[in-house]
Parts: sequence; C-alpha cells; structure tokens
Amino acid sequence: MSHSQLTEGIVPGRLDPERYCTNFADVAPPLGAQEARIAADRCYFCHDAPCMEACPTSIDVPLFIRQISTGTPEAAARTIFEQNILGGMCARVCPTETLCEGACVRMDSEGEPVEIGALQRFATDTLMAKQDHPFTRAPRTGKSVAVVGAGPAGLAAAHRLAMLGHEVTLYDAHDKPGGLNEYGIASYKAPGGFAQAEVAWLVQIGGITAVENWQLDRKGDGDLADLLADHDAVFLGMGLSGVNALHLEGEDKDGIRPATDFIAELRQASDLASLPIGRDVVVIGGGMTAVDAAVQSKLLGALNVSLVYRRSRGEMPASLHEQEHALTHGVTIIENAAPIAIHGNGAVREVEFAYTRKGPDGLEMTDATFRLPADQVFKAIGQTLGDTPAKVEVAGGKIKVDGVGRTSVERVWAGGDCTHAGEDLTVTAVAQGRDAAQDIHHVLMEG
Amino acid sequence: MADLRSEFIGIKSPNPFWLASAPPTDKEYNVRRAFEAGWGGVVWKTLGSEGPPVVNVNGPRYGAIYGADRRLLGLNNIELITDRPLEVNLREIKSVKRDYPDRALIVSLMVPCDEDSWKAILARVEETEADGVELNFGCPHGMAERGMGSAVGQVPEYIEMVTRWVKQHSRMPCIVKLTPNISDIRGPARAAKAGGADAVSLINTINSITSVDLDDFAPEPTIDGKGTHGGYCGPAVKPIALNMVAEIARDRDTAGLPISGIGGVTTWRDAAEFMTLGAGNVQVCTAAMTYGFKVVQEMISGLSEYMDRKGFTNTSELVGRAVPNVTDWQYLNLNYVTKAEIVQEDCIKCGRCFAACEDTSHQAIAMSEDRVFTVKDEECVACNLCVEVCPVECIEMKQMAKGSVDPRTGETVGDYANWTTHPNNPSATAAE
Ligand SMILES: Cc1cc2nc3c(=O)[nH]c(=O)nc-3n(C[C@H](O)[C@H](O)[C@H](O)COP(=O)(O)OP(=O)(O)OC[C@H]3O[C@@H](n4cnc5c(N)ncnc54)[C@H](O)[C@@H]3O)c2cc1C
Ligand SMILES: Cc1cc2nc3c(=O)[nH]c(=O)nc-3n(C[C@H](O)[C@H](O)[C@H](O)COP(=O)(O)O)c2cc1C
Ligand code: SF4
Repeated sequence: MSHSQLTEGIVPGRLDPERYCTNFADVAPPLGAQEARIAADRCYFCHDAPCMEACPTSIDVPLFIRQISTGTPEAAARTIFEQNILGGMCARVCPTETLCEGACVRMDSEGEPVEIGALQRFATDTLMAKQDHPFTRAPRTGKSVAVVGAGPAGLAAAHRLAMLGHEVTLYDAHDKPGGLNEYGIASYKAPGGFAQAEVAWLVQIGGITAVENWQLDRKGDGDLADLLADHDAVFLGMGLSGVNALHLEGEDKDGIRPATDFIAELRQASDLASLPIGRDVVVIGGGMTAVDAAVQSKLLGALNVSLVYRRSRGEMPASLHEQEHALTHGVTIIENAAPIAIHGNGAVREVEFAYTRKGPDGLEMTDATFRLPADQVFKAIGQTLGDTPAKVEVAGGKIKVDGVGRTSVERVWAGGDCTHAGEDLTVTAVAQGRDAAQDIHHVLMEG
Repeated sequence: MADLRSEFIGIKSPNPFWLASAPPTDKEYNVRRAFEAGWGGVVWKTLGSEGPPVVNVNGPRYGAIYGADRRLLGLNNIELITDRPLEVNLREIKSVKRDYPDRALIVSLMVPCDEDSWKAILARVEETEADGVELNFGCPHGMAERGMGSAVGQVPEYIEMVTRWVKQHSRMPCIVKLTPNISDIRGPARAAKAGGADAVSLINTINSITSVDLDDFAPEPTIDGKGTHGGYCGPAVKPIALNMVAEIARDRDTAGLPISGIGGVTTWRDAAEFMTLGAGNVQVCTAAMTYGFKVVQEMISGLSEYMDRKGFTNTSELVGRAVPNVTDWQYLNLNYVTKAEIVQEDCIKCGRCFAACEDTSHQAIAMSEDRVFTVKDEECVACNLCVEVCPVECIEMKQMAKGSVDPRTGETVGDYANWTTHPNNPSATAAE
C-alpha cells in the first residue's frame, strides 16, 4: 500500500510499519527497581494522608510506598489489592494528577508529587508477574450472585463476592471481559494485552463463572426476573453503551462515527497498519474519550487532527495533563466552538462551527463561524445508558442508586458508569463494585 | 574570602581540613591527589613495626547504613592498619613531604606496647621529615586482640606510659588518637595530657555491627558465612564525637589541650561545629571515601563564607567559641519557656507533627477537618519533636516573654532558675 500522511480520504497504512510499534508503545514505561526506590524515598508517610483520601478506592498509599522502600513490593501490592483489585489497571489509567498525586503534599512544597501511580504499577506488576493470586476465598456461603457486565465495576464486585465465599456468575455482552479496559482505554496506556492478563489473574480467586456473549434482555439470553430467579442477588455494571448524537443534519454521512466505536476497533485491531484513518480528522468533545480518539488518530498517521470543544479549555472534562498530552502529540485544540453544520456529498468534507459565548441562559452561539476540512469526524460528546430493565428506576439518564449501590429493585445493586454515582473513571467503578459487593454480602448473610 | 590558614600544635596547613589516617592516606598516589584536590594535611595510614606487614581479609571489609535515596549515613569497617611494607610507606612519606612542604603530614603509628618498639619506629619516622606523629590507640578490631589499638586506648595508664616514651624518644609533635569505646572519654584524655601529648584527636571508630544478612544469618560484612564487629564512622557518629570533644574541651584537667576533631565531618558546617566545641582542626575519612577528594572544596568555600559572614579573620577565632555554653543539665534555665508555632503559609499539611505529638508526645497539636494544624499552648511542653519531624521546617519555637503566664502550668515566666534550687529537687540548695 502506498499511502502517506498526505493521502486524502480514510485510508490505512499512512506510516512506515515500524512507526506503529513505537507510536503505540507504553506511554509511561514502568519504573525499574532503582527508580522505584528513589521515588519511594520521597514519600513523607503523611498522617491521615491526603492522597489516600483522594483515591476513590482509599488505597493506603503511604503504607504501600513504605513497603516498597523496605524492599517488600509484594506486600505493597497486597495493600493495594485489598482496596482495589484492579490496582494494576488503575496504576496505568487513573488521572493521578487530579486524584492521589494532585493531593500529594509535595505539590505544596515543590510542585512535584510523589509518583504514586508509577509506584503502584511497580508493586502490582511485581506481584502479578508471579501469577500468584494473593487472596483466598472465605468458606462457601451457598449464595449465588449474578454480575451483569465484566467491566471494572463488575470485576471488582465479582472478585469481592467470590472472596467472601459466594458463587458468582459474570455475564457480559462482549466476547472478551474487561469492559472499557479492553475496548475503551487508550492502547498506549495498557499495552501488551494487559486487560486480559489482569482479568485472568483476578479470576484465579475461584468461584467466578464467566458467561460471554450474553446480553441482558436480549431474546434467548435472559432478563432481570430470570436472574433473580436463579440467583440470590444481582449486580448491574453495564456501563454506558449508547452515545449522544450531535443532532445535526448530515450526521449520517460517511466518515462520521462515535469515537468509542473507532477506539474499540483500534483496541481489537491485530494490525494497526491496516486500520484506515482520515487525513483531516475532527473530534468533537472535550473528555477523555475525545482526547484519546484525537491522539490515537494522530498516532495512526492522520495529518491534521482538531479537537473542538464547545466550552473553554479550563472547563474541559479532560484534565490539564490529558490536554497537554494531546497538544504534544500535535492535536490542535479549539475551544469555545460548537458544530452547526456538516457539509459533503455522501461523505463528510467539512464541519462548520460557530464560536460560543456564555449567555444568561448558558451557552449561546455567536455569528462568528468557521469550517474545518474533514474526511473523518469522531463524536465524543458523551455516552448514554443502553437498554435498562424496565423496573429499575433511572434518574438523569442513569440508574439511581443509594450510597452502597442499592437500586429501586429489591436484591438488585448497580455500580460504575451506568449509575448516576459513576464518574466515568475506572477507579470509581472499582470502588462502587467493591462497596456494592460488601453490601450484598451484608444483606445476604444478615438478611 | 576568609583566610583559612591554620596552625595546630605548631604545624601549619593552608586550611584546617586534614584527611584522617585511613585508606585515603594509605599511599603516595592517594596523598598526592588529595593535596592537589586541596586538603590541608593528611594523617598517613597507621604504620606498624618493621617486619612482615599485617594482612587484611580478602572478602568485603565494609558495611553501611543508609538514609533516603541510599545516602550513606554510617560506614563500618574491619580493616587493619597498613598492609604495605614499612620501608615503602616511609619512602613515600618522605617523597610527598618534600614536594608539599606547605601541607601537614602526620604519621600514624601503632606498634606493640613496649618501649623498644616505639623507640625504633620513631627514629625511622623522623628521617622522613614528617610534621608529627599520631598514636593510634583507637582501632577497635583486629589490632586490639593483639594488645594494640583500643586495647591500649581503653587503659589510661598505658596511654600515659606510651605517650611518655614517644615524647622521650622523639622531638616530633605528638597527637594521641582516642577510642570512643569507653564510658568516659575524659580519663584517656587526661592520661594523654599527663604523658606529655601535644594534642588529642578523636574519635576513632565505634564498635558496631551494621546489619545482618537475613538469608545467611550472619553479620555484614560477611566473610564466608561469618562476620565480626567493625569500626563505625561517618555522619551517624558525629553527635557522639561532638560530645566527646566538648567533654574534653570543658574538663578542668584537659581544658586548653589542643584537639583534632574527627567523626562524621562531611560538610563545612560539621567542621565548624567541631571547631566551636574546641577542635583546632578536623580530620575526615568517610566523607572522602564516599564522595572522593573533591568534597574538601565545599568545606573550604563554606567555611570561608561563614567566617566572612561572622567577621572572623582567622580560624582560631572560631575554636572553642561554643565551649562556655556547654553545661550540665541541672544548670539549664527552667524558666526558659517556649511554645511551638506552626507557620501556616509554609505548612504543606503532611500531618507528621500531629502524628508525632498525638501518638508519642503531649497531644498538643490540633487538626481541623480541612487539615489545618495548630499548637495548643495549654498542652505544649515545647519538646521540639514536631520541629524535628516537620519535613519543611515550618514549625518554630517561640519564647514566652518574662512575666507572661504559661497556659500549660499557669505559672508566670520568671527569672533564671535551675534544678539545683527547684523545690522538687530533694537535694536542692534552697536559696532562703
Ligand atoms: C475512550 C475511553 C477512554 C477512557 N479512559 C479512561 C482513563 O484513561 N482513565 C479512567 O479512569 N477512565 C477512563 N475511561 C472511563 C472508564 O473506562 C470507565 O469509567 C469504566 O470502564 C467504567 O466501568 P464500568 O464497569 O462501569 O463499565 P464498562 O467498562 O463500560 O463495562 C461495562 C460492561 O458491561 C457489558 N454490558 C453492557 N451492557 C450489557 C448488557 N445489556 N448485558 C450484558 N453485559 C453488558 C459491556 O460489554 C462491558 O463489558 C475511559 C472511557 C472511554 C470511553
Ligand atoms: C576503612 C577505615 C580504616 C581506618 N583505618 C584507620 C587506621 O589505620 N588508623 C586510624 O587511626 N584510624 C583509622 N580509621 C578511623 C578514621 O581515621 C577516623 O577516625 C574515623 O573513620 C572517623 O572519621 P569519619 O567519620 O570522618 O570517617 C579507619 C577508618 C576506616 C573507615
Ligand atoms: S513541641 Fe512537643 S509538645 Fe509542643 S506541639 Fe511540638 S511535639 Fe507537641
């Protein structure tokens, strides 16, 4: 194939074959033992540590770092996994700059936090490399729980329930477990098939039966009533399977698709050189998905990539760190602009935007407009809940839960992105899955 | 730049930084390079008697303890005196001294405890035109078992006897190097003075086991599965050395006896501290062994800058300046009342002061919901623990003015008063 970055249209193989390897390599390579020791030495072992508070799963950060510094990284990993069984993935994907590292007291003293994420990865990698699962199951309770969705929320719930002695059936619509760990996270954040390796390691606990290609409410699979009939409790961790539309004429033109679809395809591609990508790519949105779609378009060889967000950069859901990541990869960020029209004949050729400003009733369009050439457009303006069992109460488009994940239906819990408590973060999904599991256990055992 | 020229018991050197008798001074090659790097003087690695030299172990001879980032804090060794032939050392000493007449070159000696042995070696050393001798009564391992080193240094009578022989059979200035492996350092110092020593130097290394190999269950350094106690030195020993230097400087019997301060000197500041406590100069070993000869450059620039700041023109103005302020506990002013105060702008909210005070001290620090830490004056005993554990030095000790009331005790801060007159002291000499 003789395509280059200049070739018009959506084509594969824009780059030299080797470039794909380097472009999609580990974005934050692991610390070596020496680097880890030096990084660990910087921790002050704070009292009631702010980093621990800032972690949605409340990992005891000072303790695990001290364990690394005394030469016991496996004990450190255990400290992490006790709170967060997906501590390995979280070490790779958490926006630590807004979580633990953002709260590190060294930010106050010198503006450079202890490298908590990297240290967490060092510890968890060390233990996971042994393929030795650190936990054992409590005596069997004879109770069984259905977990719907094998994303971070479902996996965390399943692991905790199995550990507490329950039998878990883990249903997922996809043919691979992991949820967005497998189909969503940017590939350079967790390369090397880490998502699958992590699930394989996690289910070593035992007591978890995985059922793939099983979709709730799909004919032939089953519905909530069936699950409740077969199990003592149900946990819903289905994430968000729908996407928001632009509501513009021409949205169905060729070359326009949800960013999440593009990313899922990319994540599953066995040969990135064969993945087609546009020359002029426009990404609409301002979150992590938008940034990942934009950066990965660039890495696939797109010539021009613009990320257009309707509000200011300061208001973007993607952290400053993520934004900088995009900028250093050559993505152009255009703020305060919203799409108003899609031009093209059959396939998209241009997207027209209007600059926005803040009005008394929120955002309003100005008369100032501009057009961006586009042969490919990715929509990343938010995801929505897919089909939900009718009886489960929904609020603001998400499943309504209380503080421990109970839904409006008896014996049904939910957690992660599909609930209104979700924050579109892996780590929050893990925390909610784990906490719901604890509550399920409590209810099943004590009535 | 302040003038750092130093004169110690009549021996001149361009600065008060000497290398202590140890591997850095074991041969001509090292010593020449040390002088080129700027060291004011060296004490040559300890020489033994004529005859076959001692042998060292052929496995590891050092152990260490570390601080953050593997910063070496303490070093221990099981090395002996020089293992090179006497003639070679003497020839090299002579050659170096000839080429560096402005530097101090002292020869450290350790020979068996009889007059003839000492007489014999002193004659040989004199021929080298070295500036003086240092008697090594300090080595805690290997040589002590043979009746030398600290085996002599722990018995004041021997110190006095050997020192006297040395003064009798030599016109060279004589420094007696003391071992810290003793309960009261003043005894050996008094003995050295009585024997006619021109000065004492201290400390030599401290008996120690630095670590244990937890797989082989043997002390480190481990030689074929076994280990032995070694001599401890480096930054960790400085506080012990400082106290011993001060003890000698303020002892009625030894006050005024020149002291060469040794033990953990790593920076100009350490050197200055030794000197204020009575050391006329300092000797360095571990810092050079850890970082190389170049460290002396920081010592030189740092001490000059400090002296300029203080308006001192000669290092002698520094020597002993803190000695009058070293006192015994019972004379400390019990009416000196301070309170910890946290400078909020500088606080990074790590909470270590809180953990320390709450868990192990006097529950005198309050922590608010939003992590603001404040000292409760009514509980604070001013122990200083919070100051010591704060990583950013944002806690200060503020003195309470005379006449104010200490909210902890309800008592008015009064004039100087110490334990000797305190009502709780059974043997108080009541000032009635
Ligand atoms: C592109 C992208 C990048 C992201 N990057 C980051 C990042 O860097 N860091 C970060 O912290 N977060 C990131 N996130 C967010 C994070 O991935 C999610 O918050 C997290 O995965 C939510 O976990 P979950 O278990 O709730 O849902 P999901 O991970 O979405 O898992 C839901 C699972 O449920 C299954 N399922 C759905 N419906 C059904 C059904 N009806 N029946 C059976 N199974 C069903 C799905 O197949 C899926 O496996 C990113 C998200 C996206 C989209
Ligand atoms: C490896 C080693 C060998 C030593 N050998 C001698 C010696 O032969 N004679 C001696 O008087 N002191 C010897 N010492 C002690 C040092 O001269 C010095 O007194 C001690 O190390 C404390 O100083 P420092 O803390 O600067 O190292 C030795 C020290 C070390 C580390
Ligand atoms: S000085 Fe001691 S008692 Fe006072 S606040 Fe600090 S730690 Fe507590």
